[in-house]
Amino acid sequence: MSTKKSVEEIERVAIRFAGDSGDGMQLTGTKFSEATALAGNDLSTFPDFPAEIRAPAGSLAGVSGFQVHFAAEDIRTPADYPDVLFAMNPAALRTNVEDLRPGGMLIINTDAFSTQNIERAGYTEDPIEPLRDRYRVVDIPLTALNRAALSELKLSTRETDRCKNFFALGLMYWLYNRPMEPTERWLRTKFTGGVLEANLRVLKAGHAFGETCELFPVSFVVPRAKIQPGVYRNITGNTALSWGIVAAGVQMQRPIFLGAYPITPASEVLHELARYRHFGIRTFQAEDEIAAVAAAIGASFAGHLGICTTSGPGFILKQEAIGLAVMTELPVVIVNIQRAGPSTGMPTKTEQADLLAALYGRNSDSPLPVLAPATPGDCFHVMIEAFAMAVKYMTPVVVLSDGYIANSSEPWLIPDVAALPRNKVELHSDPENFEPYQRDPITLARPWAVPGTKGVEHRLTGLESAAQSGNVSYLPENHQKMVSLRAAKVAGIANELPPVEVNGGDGELLVVGWGGTWGAITEAVNRARSEGLPVSSIQLRHLNPFPPNLGEVLARFRRVLVCELNTGQLWRMLRAEYLTPAELLSKVEGQPFRISEIRERIEQLLNKGDA
Amino acid sequence: MAKVALKTKDFVSNQDVRWCPGCGDYSILKNVQRVMPELGVPRENVVFVSGIGCSSRFPLYMNTFGFHTIHGRAPAFATGMKAARPELSVWVVTGDGDGLSIGGNHLLHVLRRNLDLQILLFNNRVYGLTKGQYSPTSRPGMHSKSTPQGSIDYPVDPIAFALGAGATFVARTIDVDANHLQTILKRASAHPGTALIEILQNCPVYNDNEWGEVQDRKTRSDSALVLENGEPLVFGAKGGKRGIRIKDGVPSVVALADDDDPQARGVATHNEHPHSPSYAFALASLQRPDFPLPIGVFRAVERPTYESMVEQQIADAKAKNESAANIETLLHSGDTWTVEV
Ligand code: SF4
Repeated sequence: MSTKKSVEEIERVAIRFAGDSGDGMQLTGTKFSEATALAGNDLSTFPDFPAEIRAPAGSLAGVSGFQVHFAAEDIRTPADYPDVLFAMNPAALRTNVEDLRPGGMLIINTDAFSTQNIERAGYTEDPIEPLRDRYRVVDIPLTALNRAALSELKLSTRETDRCKNFFALGLMYWLYNRPMEPTERWLRTKFTGGVLEANLRVLKAGHAFGETCELFPVSFVVPRAKIQPGVYRNITGNTALSWGIVAAGVQMQRPIFLGAYPITPASEVLHELARYRHFGIRTFQAEDEIAAVAAAIGASFAGHLGICTTSGPGFILKQEAIGLAVMTELPVVIVNIQRAGPSTGMPTKTEQADLLAALYGRNSDSPLPVLAPATPGDCFHVMIEAFAMAVKYMTPVVVLSDGYIANSSEPWLIPDVAALPRNKVELHSDPENFEPYQRDPITLARPWAVPGTKGVEHRLTGLESAAQSGNVSYLPENHQKMVSLRAAKVAGIANELPPVEVNGGDGELLVVGWGGTWGAITEAVNRARSEGLPVSSIQLRHLNPFPPNLGEVLARFRRVLVCELNTGQLWRMLRAEYLTPAELLSKVEGQPFRISEIRERIEQLLNKGDA
Repeated sequence: MAKVALKTKDFVSNQDVRWCPGCGDYSILKNVQRVMPELGVPRENVVFVSGIGCSSRFPLYMNTFGFHTIHGRAPAFATGMKAARPELSVWVVTGDGDGLSIGGNHLLHVLRRNLDLQILLFNNRVYGLTKGQYSPTSRPGMHSKSTPQGSIDYPVDPIAFALGAGATFVARTIDVDANHLQTILKRASAHPGTALIEILQNCPVYNDNEWGEVQDRKTRSDSALVLENGEPLVFGAKGGKRGIRIKDGVPSVVALADDDDPQARGVATHNEHPHSPSYAFALASLQRPDFPLPIGVFRAVERPTYESMVEQQIADAKAKNESAANIETLLHSGDTWTVEV
């Protein structure tokens, strides 16, 4: 893009848009990220939503933020501290300014700093002045500029003011030399008439304002990232997860049946899959969480790939039914997109505290495999793996995603479809000597024989069933045998798991994480290593069973640090299982780890170790 | 549908039936097994689904596909099966506790959705498996292990519940009346939509004789009102005939001489198909001892089934968009960009 002003090249930048829930910050951030992705940068985003129910305008509780980090190099997190903060009002300033890197750019919509708004945000005096020493403050009368740009259109003040986020977006497009076309294209598919015209106008006006005003002497360009060649797209964890479900059905050549009940932050998966009826996907919005999983299990009984998607409170409601699937050995996948709890907790905030519930939260000994994706894009692959595992071993499988990777996005190298695992399902159809609990000698799986198949009629029950025949049995030795069989079957999955890979490979200290903390841990460890610190890391995708070499890997390091967004669930498991004296970095603020938090702990432990 | 040459014994499973001696469930099981060969459904397409309770052992004794699930949730499991595989003949077996207490929510929703299922609700007005607590259909004042001073719960009536939920087929029958039970089972099977059958069932151990007067052929004519579509609501033996009038939704009993024309005397004529369910509600309000207990089909109306609409949506989406139904297209939809080597 040509500009009369000079252009400065920078390696990376993190921008946070913050405003009222009604200011459209999520949309602004999303559009900026899309344009950034198309500009060829690597990026990572972190949408930070307020509670679902909209708080009063201008209040602290109503502040919505979206951080986007982009670079000319490989990045893994949305960055600990933004370099630029765009604050749409005093409340957004108050809740976000402490995160801004010292010396960073603070862009302010001065029109929103009325005495009333300033007081509503809890300030007693104008907060901007004292900030000028610490930050490069840019005052912009955004509301007025936006109104001026739309003065010729016959829109109400309300309609006009609703466009101001696109004025801000246009300005940021100029400042960081992003292409505007993708956003313009998107606007044309979304709106018509006056609203379309208004948004297009302010987007351009914002851009022109950057170009002409004297507030910004230079604009910036972040060169394309040197990343693996191929076709990319932006993807959030929930979209990738939905597409992974679709792909699993196609690859396994069985229909998908999703049972779901609306719950934050899992509802998007239901919405997304409901659009794929042309793939033969059946989505069922159930009357409650229990019915959702029951219907999915019912569909599995009938030969479909049953799945349900939920979050913490819903997951707990499903546990009894999941236990039935353990007992009757039916393939079903349960996705828990974890959020901060206990109880209703903080639905829009992330946490990783349902690991022990997934493993041990059902009555009695009820083992099942548990998987956790590491990144938004990984949610795609984990679903294909989960379904294949469920069918191969005839077991329910739990996938633990979290609110952070569910909503954040990253550029995703679109996988080569021809290389995806196929896993075509073979249903059992041979009536010869059929018994519902006969077992594959290697996997210990029982056959999947479904209604409509002549000669294999059988009954399943949550009552303890006799090995082989499946008839109800209260015999002591049979129960002992069946409990052991169920455990051995799940434990045996370890035989097919890839060994856990050690990032780095050697050193004093091993940092262990699981699921969505991958980015922050890997980044912290890699930076520490580049400065010569003896540290490596592993990220567990398989939480049950563990990869076969995990014990050996843990034993190779003198110290082990488990980082997780709970109060020590994996940490307890590793200590119990491997008797490793692991240490814990726990965080439960509803926010993902910052790289620096992990980094500090690494340094602290290594210094202590040296002493 | 082509007739399949199966016999009653083909539907008897190899498991020993374990209900208490004299339990009404035996008779229901036998009659269901008798009716099955006449329905013309291949045995491998039949699934019996249940929750927890005495009645819920039922699928274990049927030599079909069967799923004995968890307490109260059978309608939800059945919904998944039927929505996934509309060609299956899915039967739900539940009880007054399983279906109306812990599973009340699921029963409500399965009925309003109108999947083509048959739901057999065995009503013995007591918890049997847990040994004798009052149930949501127990009479007020019932003395049970958990209500030593008498139950203070107002009961729910399965028929009124089903009508309220928008059920398209609602019937009541009796465990020991083989003919009536079989007729209703066949009608339920033929009905395209959710068919709820309340089966009055005796629990000789914890609530013996709850339905004695309608089960006993000697007292039945006075205590039961047999519903026949197009026939007047008349009950009572010769010499003691009575009819039911319904005015403004309020029923009353009118005595009839043997040669009276019931219609001329204002007795209502049974109609299974009215648009509004209010007539069926009036029938459901007929309770002992003030009224005879209606037996038969209260309401039978048609509405598209849930699964047929699911199939239609899939067919429509495929017709419109089948070419897009591949992973490659999906993954490349929207904005993408290429990073060159
Ligand atoms: S407790 Fe009652 S309902 Fe249950 S099996 Fe015995 S008699 Fe039948």
